[in-house]
Amino acid sequence: MNVLTYLIPISLILGSLGLAFFVFTIRSNQYEDPEGDAQRILSGEYDDKPKQE
Amino acid sequence: MPTIHCAACIAKIEKALAATPSIHSARVNLTLKRVSIEAVPDMTAADAKAVVEGAGYEAHELDSTALSATQADRAGRELLMRLAVAGFAAMNVMLLSIAVWSGAEGPTRDLFHWISAAIVLPAVAFSAQPFFRNAWSALRAGQLNMDVPISLAIALALGTSLWETTLSGEHAYFDAAIALTFFLLAGRYLDHRTRAVARSAAQELTALEVPRAWRVTADGEEQVPVAELRVGDLIHIRPGGRMPVDGEITDGRSELDRSLLTGETLPVLAEPGQAVSAGEVNLTGPLTIRASAVGRDTSLHRMADLVAIAESGRSRYTSLADKAAKLYAPGVHILSALAFVGWYLYAQDLRVALNIAAAVLIITCPCALGLAVPAVTTAASGRLFKQGLLIKDATALERLAQVDTVVFDKTGTLTAGTPELTNLDHLDTRAVQIALALAEGSQHPLSRAVAEAARAAGIAPADVTGCREVPGHGTEGLWNGQRVRFGRSAWAGGGQSEETAAWLSVGDAPAIAFTFTDRLRDGAAEAVAAFQTAGKRVILMSGDAPHPVESLANRLGIDTWMAEARPEDKAARIDALTAEGAHVLMVGDGLNDTVALASAHVSISPASALDAARVASDIVLLGHALTPLPEAAQTAHKATRRIRENFTIATWYNIIAVPLAIAGLCSPLIAALAMSASSITVSLNALRLR
Repeated sequence: MNVLTYLIPISLILGSLGLAFFVFTIRSNQYEDPEGDAQRILSGEYDDKPKQE
Repeated sequence: MPTIHCAACIAKIEKALAATPSIHSARVNLTLKRVSIEAVPDMTAADAKAVVEGAGYEAHELDSTALSATQADRAGRELLMRLAVAGFAAMNVMLLSIAVWSGAEGPTRDLFHWISAAIVLPAVAFSAQPFFRNAWSALRAGQLNMDVPISLAIALALGTSLWETTLSGEHAYFDAAIALTFFLLAGRYLDHRTRAVARSAAQELTALEVPRAWRVTADGEEQVPVAELRVGDLIHIRPGGRMPVDGEITDGRSELDRSLLTGETLPVLAEPGQAVSAGEVNLTGPLTIRASAVGRDTSLHRMADLVAIAESGRSRYTSLADKAAKLYAPGVHILSALAFVGWYLYAQDLRVALNIAAAVLIITCPCALGLAVPAVTTAASGRLFKQGLLIKDATALERLAQVDTVVFDKTGTLTAGTPELTNLDHLDTRAVQIALALAEGSQHPLSRAVAEAARAAGIAPADVTGCREVPGHGTEGLWNGQRVRFGRSAWAGGGQSEETAAWLSVGDAPAIAFTFTDRLRDGAAEAVAAFQTAGKRVILMSGDAPHPVESLANRLGIDTWMAEARPEDKAARIDALTAEGAHVLMVGDGLNDTVALASAHVSISPASALDAARVASDIVLLGHALTPLPEAAQTAHKATRRIRENFTIATWYNIIAVPLAIAGLCSPLIAALAMSASSITVSLNALRLR
């Protein structure tokens, strides 16, 4: 049963990592344009010199 | 930009915009089909539109003040975050609980319970806040809603479980409390998503009409937002433009299309000195008007007051979910209190009694009920959205399902608002050739109808020279040395006509009438027929003259019709129908329909309707055809049946599980099983609608 001392924390840490990543995706507006992002990856053009602000 | 659909479109538009020096950055959003542009201050939206259209795409400007997406977005994001936290906690606690259910004992069980408590307590404190807040505000107002039993169940389950855990007891409901939160949040999120989609689409319709006007000043004309117009300003209205404010014509002659306000199809002559109202469309010549009422004081906005009165008179519809909650919430509380008192008297043990009470609350908790309605409305709204219908109001579907009487407006609803030539076959070909030559030089709707019909019949224009449009009257020219005129009766020397007509005069010969009828909207005949076969009563109400209304009613097979109806008449008729016990669906588009739209049981307006009419209606028809309407009624009917089925399923689960809980036989395992099983069944049942 001693194995639980490792396994439970490990599973909790992995789970909370997933949660943290999900929170990160929400915070960085990654669900604003799901269709556009899915299409953009197919574009063969690379913008090497984006306009400077 | 309604036409973009792929990666190439995105790249092309962004490239075209980026190549324009005055634009700093542009980003296309394919999901919303919009592009947002950052540019130098003196760049106008029209310039950007020209660039996008140059790249080969249709573009429209959106009024950014009408789009308040950010606020709704934040609420959705918050809900999603809570849902994620609850989901994470539920998964972990379930893992621990499975170990307990499969026979963990002694210190291991206690350890697992403590870990569960450590995960669940903060998770619930964060995730279940919306329920606690709603329940608190309901209780403060002295009422019970669905959130009261939910909050009580969660709080009591956590309390007794903590107590049990400190006494190293066997039954802890941490998993049930967090699973409950998760399922209910899922329902809330679905609900929010459906509404957010509808709201954003409705806002987009409003934002498409960017209110701008040309103000005449000492040094020429300038374009200003309508909100900046003041009483006394001179405003220039081009042919095809809509009046932004009420006013009086100071200069110019033209014709006005007032169909959106009154339902009349005949254009009205406009001369200096005549009063015009906001919403009228200028047809032929440029006009200058002096504003007499702006913004909130215009006749358009005064109609809003009438609408508000009609809405307050509308009997408040209680949704099925609210009805269920009213029955449910007190029942649950009484049941659980009875179980507590009964067990306390029987066993004289506070701990056992509290445990039983918590079990009863968890089992009866309206988890499936919370999912039953949102799951169905999401599925149904999604399906209707694909057919081109936008459900604006949460209870509109349920109300649509009850409809037994359908009232149609004529102009702009059953008809497309564009005229169609009716007597081409009876006309002399020579006359049509001359009329075509004259009509081609004009943008007037009647001229365009003549040109279209003549072209379709393969008629070539006659050789007419010196064509010139006389605003407000018609077009004239020279043919074989004779003066030819095509236009209003009085000007071209024509007689009287019951129908919409334009007259052609050749030299001194008597004028010939070209008669027109309003073109039917696509699918209008099918929609009326489908409603009639479905056993619904169809009524036609219009502000137009009796003759065109009657001929349309006969054409569509509608027995009951009403002509020259003022806005109040329409509303009064609908109120009378409602008083007879009918559930009226009103379909209309004009300003004269808004009051009727608001007083009907449920209302639909096409996207071409005035903003005021769209605001007053529950459902907006996005496409052009009317065919989706009967199908929508059917879908609504099915959706309501699914909701009822879901309630039945949830009730059966309760009927089976509650006696177990009261008898004290309900373990946390049974609670978890009953809850998940009922939630999954209602969701699957809802998905059958798609």
